This record gives sequence, C-alpha cells and structure tokens, in this order.
Amino acid sequence: MERHDIVIIGGGPAGLAAAIAARKEGIKDILILERDRKLGGILNQCIHNGFGLHTFKEELTGPEYAGRFIEEAKKEDIPYRLSTMVIEITPDREITYVNREEGLVTIKAGAVILAMGCRERPRGALNIPGMRPAGVYTAGTAQRLTNIEGKCVGREVVILGSGDIGLIMARRMTLEGAKVKAVAELMPYSGGLKRNIVQCLDDYGIPLKLSHTVVDIEGKERVTGVTIAEVGPDRKPIPGTEEHFECDTLLLSCGLIPENELSRSAGIEMNAVTSGPCVNDRLETSLMGVYACGNVLHVHDLVDYVSEEAALAGRNAAKFVMEEAQANQTASGDEIKIIARDGVRYTVPQILSPSQMNDKVVVRFRVADVYKNKAVCVYYGNERVQRIKKKVLAPGEMEQVIIMKKTLEGVNPDSITVCLEEQ
Amino acid sequence: METKEMICIGCPLGCPLNVTINEMNEAGIEVSGNTCPNGHTYAVNEVLHPERIITSTVPVTGSSDVRVAVKTAHSVPKGKIFECMDEIHRASVKAPVHIGDVVIKNIAGTGVDIIATSDAL
Repeated sequence: MERHDIVIIGGGPAGLAAAIAARKEGIKDILILERDRKLGGILNQCIHNGFGLHTFKEELTGPEYAGRFIEEAKKEDIPYRLSTMVIEITPDREITYVNREEGLVTIKAGAVILAMGCRERPRGALNIPGMRPAGVYTAGTAQRLTNIEGKCVGREVVILGSGDIGLIMARRMTLEGAKVKAVAELMPYSGGLKRNIVQCLDDYGIPLKLSHTVVDIEGKERVTGVTIAEVGPDRKPIPGTEEHFECDTLLLSCGLIPENELSRSAGIEMNAVTSGPCVNDRLETSLMGVYACGNVLHVHDLVDYVSEEAALAGRNAAKFVMEEAQANQTASGDEIKIIARDGVRYTVPQILSPSQMNDKVVVRFRVADVYKNKAVCVYYGNERVQRIKKKVLAPGEMEQVIIMKKTLEGVNPDSITVCLEEQ
Repeated sequence: METKEMICIGCPLGCPLNVTINEMNEAGIEVSGNTCPNGHTYAVNEVLHPERIITSTVPVTGSSDVRVAVKTAHSVPKGKIFECMDEIHRASVKAPVHIGDVVIKNIAGTGVDIIATSDAL
C-alpha cells in the first residue's frame, strides 16, 4: 500500500498552510488530496477584497490570497492530487479516495490533517414554508455561479440571513445590475462583520431588516415573490407584520456547517456546538495522529486565522511523524478540560496538555449573544487568572484568549474555564 | 460643526469612529475611536472624497476557466463605481492571464487600472 508521512484532506487555505508548515518542519513526504480541479478552495470564488490584512499587511482578494499559498506550496514542491475525492478515513489512518485516473485507491498516512472546510446550511435545514420553485440559492452557490461560471443568477433579489457571504453577494449582485430589495435577519443583530454591513449594504442603500424572516416563497416554475415578517423574542413571526417583495431570487446566508462526514465515520469525537472535532491544544482529534484545522474544525470569520491555525496543525503533525519515527510516542496523561460557560459558547481547543503544549496556546471562542461592557475571564480551577475588558462582543466575531505554559507550571488545575463576567 | 458616527472598513476589526467635522479639509476633521492610523485616514477620506476598491470578473477565452477575477488596483471615487462597472462589463481577455496583469487601463477616467486577481492559463 502506498504510504505518505502526512496526508492532508483538502487543498484550500487550511490544507495549503498546513502542508507548507509541515514541510518547513522537515517533512519531505506530504500529499494533498483536493476534490476540486484547482487548489485554493473557497477562496477562488471569494473575489472581493479584505483578505490577508493580518498575514501579509496588505488587502488582497480571495484568489490573490490563495495564490500566495499555492505559489509557496509549488515552490516547496508539495505533491497534490486534484479532482480527487476522499470517501473514507479509518482509525488506523488508511485513506480511500477516488479520481478518474486511478479509480478507487487506499493509501496509508503517518499523520492525517483534516482540512475539508465547511458548507452552507441549505433551505431544507431552515424549514422555510412555501413553494419549491427555481431561484432559491444558498449565497455561496450564487457566488460560485456568478464569479466562477459567469452566470446571471437573478435580477430582483431578497436575501435571508446576514452572514458575510450574503452581504458580499448583496453588493456583488447589485454591481452586476440586479436589484437587491432587502436582507432579512432572524436575529436582532447581524451575523456578519460590521465592515460588510457598511460597504455592502449601506453603500448601496440596501435595507437590513433585523428580527425578520421569510414566511412564504411564491412561484411555480421560478420564484415570483417572498413574504417576510418580523419575529418576536421567541423568533416566531408576528402576525400582521408581513411584507411582500416581488423578486425572482432568494439567497440564503444562514450559517455554515463544518463538513465532517469523514471525521464522523472515522469515529472521531465531535463537539456538538462547533460541529467540528474535539481537539487538544495541538489540534489533534480523539484519534491519535489525526489533526483538524480551518473551517472543518470551527467556522472562522477570517482566513488569516485559518492559515495561522492550520500552520499549527501542520507543525504538530510533523512533530508526531518525527517522534513516531523515533518510536517514543506516548499518549499524554495530563489532559485538562477547557470549559466554556456564561456567554462563551465554545472554545477551540477543548483540551490542553500542559506537558506537551507550546509555550503559548491561542484559545479561540465565540459568544452566545451581543454583549456590551463585559470582561472575558479565564479561570484555572476556581482561581481567576485573566480578566480582559471588552466594549462589545458579538457572535459574528470570533474572540481569543492566550494561555502561556509558564502560568500553568505548578498550578495543575483540574479544569480551565473561559467565561464572561460583568465589568 | 457636524458630528458623524462611522464604522471603519479598513480591516475586519470595524472600529466605531466618532468624526467631528469643523471644516471640510483634513485639518478640520477630528477622529476618535480608531485603533490605528488607517482609521483616521479612512474617516477623513470618507468625509472629503469617499473611495472604494471594486472587484468583479471578466470573461476569458482560450482557458479552462471562463472568468478571470479583477479589481481596481487602487480605490476609486464611490460615485464612479457604476461607471467603472459599465466598462468592466464590456471587457474580455485572452489567456494566458496572470495575477497582476492590467486588464483595463485608466478605468472611467479615474487614472486607476483594472488588474487581474486570478490566473487563467
């Protein structure tokens, strides 16, 4: 059976950054498996600017950001197989994939990095009442049709959900000559970045209707209109608040879900909140030698953080492979659980091993609601060790705290808690 | 004197800015709430002459791709966005195209070029 030191599932921003980082740690035998016909992942269709401010200190478009990593991967001579779909990963790190040239192939990996990304929540998962005509798209599908395939998706548009892709598509379709009539958001706050509200909606006079949802879709062959209504605090439509919009297109931007069919079938322990694998501070899943990074682990707002996280997974996978080669691999016994509570929905990682952790571990999290003037607190056991004041916290914007290894020395807490408190 | 509240679009932080306009020139505009110098520049520009980067795609022939992504090499006046789009809609390119290649020179008389942001080989 063909064997590689590290096999990376997915050649998007996470997979590329992981591969490059692993190569820089000295791993020669790396293979990237990508199901699309190009490297770069979803960035190829994200033609808008705003990527890379953190990583490159300049503002790039999606394809340009991906291009930098693809160039580096090619310079490092990292092998990849395109149009190649992984269909199974086993607990002993055997990977089965299919493609047109080789057919069905099973290979063995010293370490596996999961970098499959995420997908959009479809209409079927939203329970929107009404007819089932053509013209209802997820925002990302419309983005692919418009930007990659050059198709006209629609002329009169209503968007449900204020996620970033929906906001970006509101502007994109306006520039392509469509009339975007409204963006309806179920929650009382936007799910997207503030800057996207300004430059995608406000710039073009597109109304954002918070606490609103779609209650009816009309049309037999093609969408002819949608009805939206205000929702109460219980998120149920309030009778009498219905407003009708004539349109031929409804875009859905209602959240992203990590794509973890492979992880689940491999028996990897999953986190119910993130829909991604549970990982320790090395981004290792419950299967030894299998790592996860990027949107398959938890959905990010910024690709810059994906690259950073993926590079960490790549370095740790490299370390695993090298230590295994020296045959001194030991499972760590000193695991501390990281608990998210009081307004903190989840943390990534969920587990920390003081004996094996890096000097500095970034713990990323999201909050459950919009909060003003709160403090993000970190507890070791019952002792508060960090208290960071925040003016505003919102579910749409990922936050982080940093845990330094030296602060844990001699403490040995039974748990670490990340929570919100009053200032 | 006029005061305005803005959200900086310079980066994903989206700092809330308080802008006091005493006079319509750079010295006459006070900005607070920004966490970096870009926030100040953004607010002043936004008051005096708002500008945006435009991104779009143009058709490409002779490639396995059908579209090439493009952008304005620098920001252009906000009021010129649709004029620029009209020109972008009329443009097309032949492969090979590389990131950074000029696709349209001096779009809509702004002095700014449209450049490719994806490869089409």
